[in-house]
Formats: sequence, structure tokens, C-alpha cells
Amino acid sequence: MGVGIEVRELKAWYGKHLALKDIDMSIPPNHVTAVIGPSGCGKSTFVRCLNRMHETIPEAYAEGEVKVGNIEVYGDGTDPVDVRRKIGMVFQKPNPFPTMSIYDNVAAGLKLNGLRNRKQLDELVQRSLKLSALWDEVKDVLHKKSGASLSGGQQQRLCIARALAVEPEVLLMDEPASALDPISTSKIEELIFQLKQHYTVVIVTHNMQQAARVAEFTGFFLMGSLIEFDKTEKIFTTPADKRTEDYITGRFG
Amino acid sequence: MRSRFQHGLDDLRDKLLRMGGLAEQAIDRATEAYRTRDAKFCQMVFTGETAINQAERDIDELALDLLAMQQPMAIDLRFIMAVIKINADLERVGDQAVNITQRVLDLISEPPVELPVDIPKMASSVSTMVQRALQSFLDGYAEVAESVLQMDNVVDRMKDEAFVVLVQKMQSDPVLVRPALNVLLISRNLERIADHATNIAEDVIFWVRGADVRHGGAHYPY
Repeated sequence: MGVGIEVRELKAWYGKHLALKDIDMSIPPNHVTAVIGPSGCGKSTFVRCLNRMHETIPEAYAEGEVKVGNIEVYGDGTDPVDVRRKIGMVFQKPNPFPTMSIYDNVAAGLKLNGLRNRKQLDELVQRSLKLSALWDEVKDVLHKKSGASLSGGQQQRLCIARALAVEPEVLLMDEPASALDPISTSKIEELIFQLKQHYTVVIVTHNMQQAARVAEFTGFFLMGSLIEFDKTEKIFTTPADKRTEDYITGRFG
Repeated sequence: MRSRFQHGLDDLRDKLLRMGGLAEQAIDRATEAYRTRDAKFCQMVFTGETAINQAERDIDELALDLLAMQQPMAIDLRFIMAVIKINADLERVGDQAVNITQRVLDLISEPPVELPVDIPKMASSVSTMVQRALQSFLDGYAEVAESVLQMDNVVDRMKDEAFVVLVQKMQSDPVLVRPALNVLLISRNLERIADHATNIAEDVIFWVRGADVRHGGAHYPY
């Protein structure tokens, strides 16, 4: 099951540039939460802070409190690798391991975690591919085809399967469908909607219709600040802040 | 792209206001037909209704295009939603004006009779409501729309009073049944127009504030 995410006074820097300013947000478990805002507003930085991916960039660092379930993400002694195991991430461009088979792509994280039992691996690979709605399309070529041989949409679902294989509680998605055609996008959106039964999903998107379609909650970021966070219906019909309204109606951004 | 969308929204607003003008004209002409017993005003109402119906189709078509092509959000979405609803109300105002005119034609086919109901006064109140509702739409001014809601009670009272006195008249003199019934129906048509004006005002408030004030309460959906 997914867990809630509590963010308090989160700040993030790139060198001296303050990219996130005291973000407070409560992300409910087993829901899809969308993060929207113009380019450079800090939305990707925000999600990358949730699983400590932000600090992998040279000179980038973050401060504040992020609690994912019982894990203090920025707590003393918290291992970032453990955090990333609990919080899976899917990126804009599908990035399967190109030379590995479909099976090995999904099993890679499990093997890295030391799982060697073939039966267990088979079960988890199958479960992950089913959850990512790819199983029916690849079940006969699991070992024959490489990840790179799949279509863009299939590759993205393979990456989702890979992220799900290690059984995270939260799934972060940074523009997961922006490089895909409408049919593949639709499949990914349908999948996101299904995944919330098992996971807490946070999705960064430039596509506001996509946010409106898949997310129950939406946060609007502008210049490193969280301007408004509310139910998606509220944000897209009667936002409280003029800046949110101006952005979603295309008056700026 | 915003400028193209804005152009579409402006076009939609202008079309609706023009239609509003036609609906106001229909009320005025129907009232004038009643006041003067001149059938030429009735003919004007019938002719005008065709234009109102065409305007309704044009506005619906443009609103649908904007929804499909621009996928509007927030205040833009509420605006288009309000326009679609106001459009339907204005078309019904046109229909009510036609109904009044039909009653007037029946009235003027008989010799005039004195009835103690001031239809022109009621029509003037109703016309003011429609005018104000459209003004609040033009200006995006919810306070003006609120004043329309208040006026609806006054028109309701006028209709109730008309009912009482006209029933008395019908009971007292069978000759008066037909004209009194016509006037009763006209007062009912006017009261329905006032209801449409109220709907328009409520839609303006929803557009501007995002609040649903229908059925006597302020409800913020989210």
C-alpha cells in the first residue's frame, strides 16, 4: 500500500541558487498528486527532493523535512539508497537498459538487491509487468527481445515495471508521457490511475489536461514556491490564487 | 495561442450580448403590442424569434468549438459554461415573448376590457431584470447580478396579485373569462422571463466568483 508524504519547510539549492523556497505539502496516500507549473518553477526539483535524487547533481543540496510513511528522508543516518528503494522514479524519456532483455530490465533492481531465487524473480517480474499493463504484449518475448526493441510507450511501461519490481510505496513520475504519442499517453494515464490502488503517485506534468485527467490533487509551483495545493477539480475550475488562474488559463507561462 | 482563444471568448461574449439585445427587444415589442393592441408589434416578435433561434445555434456552435479546441480551465471554463446556460435562457425568453404575443393577438380579436392588472408595469420590472442581468454579464460584476435576484421576488408578488384579482374578475363576470385568462397567462409568461433573468444572474455569479447560488444558497462546489 502507498504511504502519505509530509513535506515541511523544504528548500533546495543548485549551488547558490535557491530553487525551492520553504515548501509545505501533505500528499495523501494512494492518490495521484500532480505537480504543475511553468518551466523552471521547481516542480522537477521538488519531486527529485522526495527521493534524494536532487543531491546527485553536483553542488545541489536540500534542507527541510520530508517524511515518506515512517521514513525521515533527510533524517540523520538515512541512507539515500534505502529511500530510493521505497520511492521509485520514472523519467520523461524512457531509459531501459538497452542491451538487457525485457525480463532482465525488470529484474535488474531485484538482482541488485540480492534476490537470486529464480521462482521469486519470475513471480515479481510477472507481477510488475502486469501492474504496468505490459505483460500481455511481451509475455512471449521476455527473454528474446531487448528493452530497446520496444516502442516508446512500451519502453516507458517497462521502466514503470522496473520501478515497481522493487516494491516501492511511492512512485514519482517526471513527465512520464511527454515523449509519447496520444495512444501510448492514454495507456500510461490509465496505468497511473490504476496504480494508485497500490501506490502513492506523484506526477510532474506540463500537460494540464493530463493533470486534470489523472490526479486527485494538484500543486501549482511558481518561481520555487508552492502557490496553491488543493483538489484537482478546485484547481482547474475555481483556483483560489490569481497566479494559479493566470497560469492554467494560459495568461502567462 | 492565448490571443486566439481570447478572440474566441470575446466573440462569444459579443454574440451573446447581441442575442440578449434581441431578447430584450422581443419583451419590449410584446409589451408594446399589449399596450397599443397593434398587431404589427406581434409580427415583429415572430420575426425576431427566428433571429434569436439562429443566434442560439451560433453561440452553441462557437462554445462547443472553444471547448473542444482550447480545453479551457478555471475562469475561462466557467465563462463558457455560463454562456451556454445563458444562451438557453435567452432563447426561452424569446419563446415567452412569442407566447405573450399569441395571447395579445387573442386579446385584440375581441373588444378591449378593463382589467385591474398593470401588465406594462410588470413588463417594465421584468425588462429591467433582463437588462441588469445582461449588464452584469457585460461587466463581469456579480454585485449587479445579485440585485437581479432580489427583484425576482417583486415580480413573483406581482404575478400572485394578478392571479387573485383576475380570478375574482372571472368569477364575477363570465364575459371576462377569456380576456382575464389571457392576461393571467401573460403575467405567467412575464414571471417566467423574470426566472430566466434570475438564472442568467446566477450564472454570472458562478462565472465571476465560482459560487453556485442557485436554489437560495451560496454553495462553493470545492
